[in-house]
Amino acid sequence: MFFQDIGQAVLLFCRALRQWPAVWRERQKVWEQLHEIGNASLFMACLLAFFIGGVLALQTGPVMSDRGVSNFIGGMVGLAMCKELGPVMMAVLISGRIGSAMAAEIGSMQVYQEIDALRTMNIDPVRYLVLPRLVAIVVGLPLLVLFAVVVGWMGGALVCMSNPEINLTYNGYMNSLSNMVRVGDVANGLIKSIAFAVVIGVVSCHQGLNTIGGPRGVGRSVTKAVVNSIVMILMLDYVLTRLMIRL
Amino acid sequence: MKSAPTSNGGGVPVVIRGLHKSLAGQPVLCGVDLAIEPGEIFVIMGPSGSGKSVLLRHIIGLTSPDAGEVLIGGESIQSPSVRDRIRMAMVFQSGALLNSLTVAENVGLYLREHALLPPAQIDARVAEKLAAVGLTGQEDKLPGELSGGMKKRVAIARALVVEPQLLLYDEPTSELDPMMAATVSREIVALQRRLHVTSIIVSHDRDLAFGIAHRLAIIREGRILCVGTPEAVRALPDAGVREFLDANFKHA
Ligand SMILES: Nc1ncnc2c1ncn2[C@@H]1O[C@H](COP(=O)(O)OP(=O)(O)OP(=O)(O)O)[C@@H](O)[C@H]1O
Ligand SMILES: [Mg+2]
Repeated sequence: MFFQDIGQAVLLFCRALRQWPAVWRERQKVWEQLHEIGNASLFMACLLAFFIGGVLALQTGPVMSDRGVSNFIGGMVGLAMCKELGPVMMAVLISGRIGSAMAAEIGSMQVYQEIDALRTMNIDPVRYLVLPRLVAIVVGLPLLVLFAVVVGWMGGALVCMSNPEINLTYNGYMNSLSNMVRVGDVANGLIKSIAFAVVIGVVSCHQGLNTIGGPRGVGRSVTKAVVNSIVMILMLDYVLTRLMIRL
Repeated sequence: MKSAPTSNGGGVPVVIRGLHKSLAGQPVLCGVDLAIEPGEIFVIMGPSGSGKSVLLRHIIGLTSPDAGEVLIGGESIQSPSVRDRIRMAMVFQSGALLNSLTVAENVGLYLREHALLPPAQIDARVAEKLAAVGLTGQEDKLPGELSGGMKKRVAIARALVVEPQLLLYDEPTSELDPMMAATVSREIVALQRRLHVTSIIVSHDRDLAFGIAHRLAIIREGRILCVGTPEAVRALPDAGVREFLDANFKHA
């Protein structure tokens, strides 16, 4: 079942790609979706990233201070945040907040024959519904990740400054961070997040379009959209990390 | 751009051949054959659950048959290009309005999405069609704020706006009061006169059927019982037909 879903989702992605020239015409809907993503997740992303950065510093800081390598803490938190935790945690958050909403909205349109109505009017549901959502999430998620990475770095800095067991100043943290983190590392995370965005958008829209049955079917689609997205994100994360390890 | 044809070329013929369909393991359509002339008003009647809505879904290509075919203007409805060549519209039994759009946006959807008219003209056309179904002033409401009959009338306005060559109505008058039902019937006839549209109407409404149909068919358990002009069908001696047409509320 899972693999069949993946196959169909890939097909949906190809159909959406073929509609690519229509993006400009759908800009209004893309904009609305972007707003939705921003409104629903900016605050949550901020909170989440701040605490992740903080806890990273808290877990590693005392140990590294004891061993006299506290000047690596900033770099460690910086790299972990931008290459791994920023993209993955934001993708998980967005699949819960936005992927679920996409599956629910499109799923209920399917159940209430709204998609059939679009098809009778010769309006391609892929162009009308899937394309704007896909474009919005592919633009929105990397921006959110960039923002989260910076907030996470700040969270780490705050913990290092305020915790007496960690022997590091703000300037020391920032120096360490800027010494170890290259622009390429941030780009690495952003590339991952683009891939994750495609996964979330395609999987959620696919589950929505394939909804059968009434409200219960919508519930099933939402669950599957979120679970499948997260599973695929974590698997893809390993593959992408392996591919980009020396980049 | 791949889009709808810009002008209405008049009604198209519809040919249905040997249509079979089973849903959830149960046969719903058992060999339906019909030939509908261009510009005809064709009414399909039949008891609830006899497969009328399923038949309409096949005619407009939302469901693919197990066997048989539907030809619109000589081309299979399942072929991808037919929708680009022929304008079609359907009034769903439930209305099937887009719940996140307002009434006016729903009615103007086709024109807007296919960029057939500039926005100001779309607004004018939408207002005109809403007026025709008695819904002036409801433009900015959402479908959730409408009654069942109002939703149905918005759905009818949305179909009228398309100015289609083939128009399917699934029980257009079932939720309307007698006066509004008469108005809607008049609109159906007016559109047919003006654009020569082929209209296929599923209805239980005997006044509508015998009032405006050029021909009508009676379907029962997925089979066509009879096809003919209203006079011919009324005169049929067949017991099944008589039972359906003559059903009346009587005091015991
Ligand atoms: N999606 C579906 N899955 C399974 N069975 C279905 C489905 N849709 C319709 N059916 C079955 O097909 C039969 C015909 O349904 P249909 O909706 O065409 O009836 P109808 O003639 O339109 O009735 P009504 O006048 O009440 O609208 C019914 O027995 C129904 O249970
Ligand atoms: Mg029906």
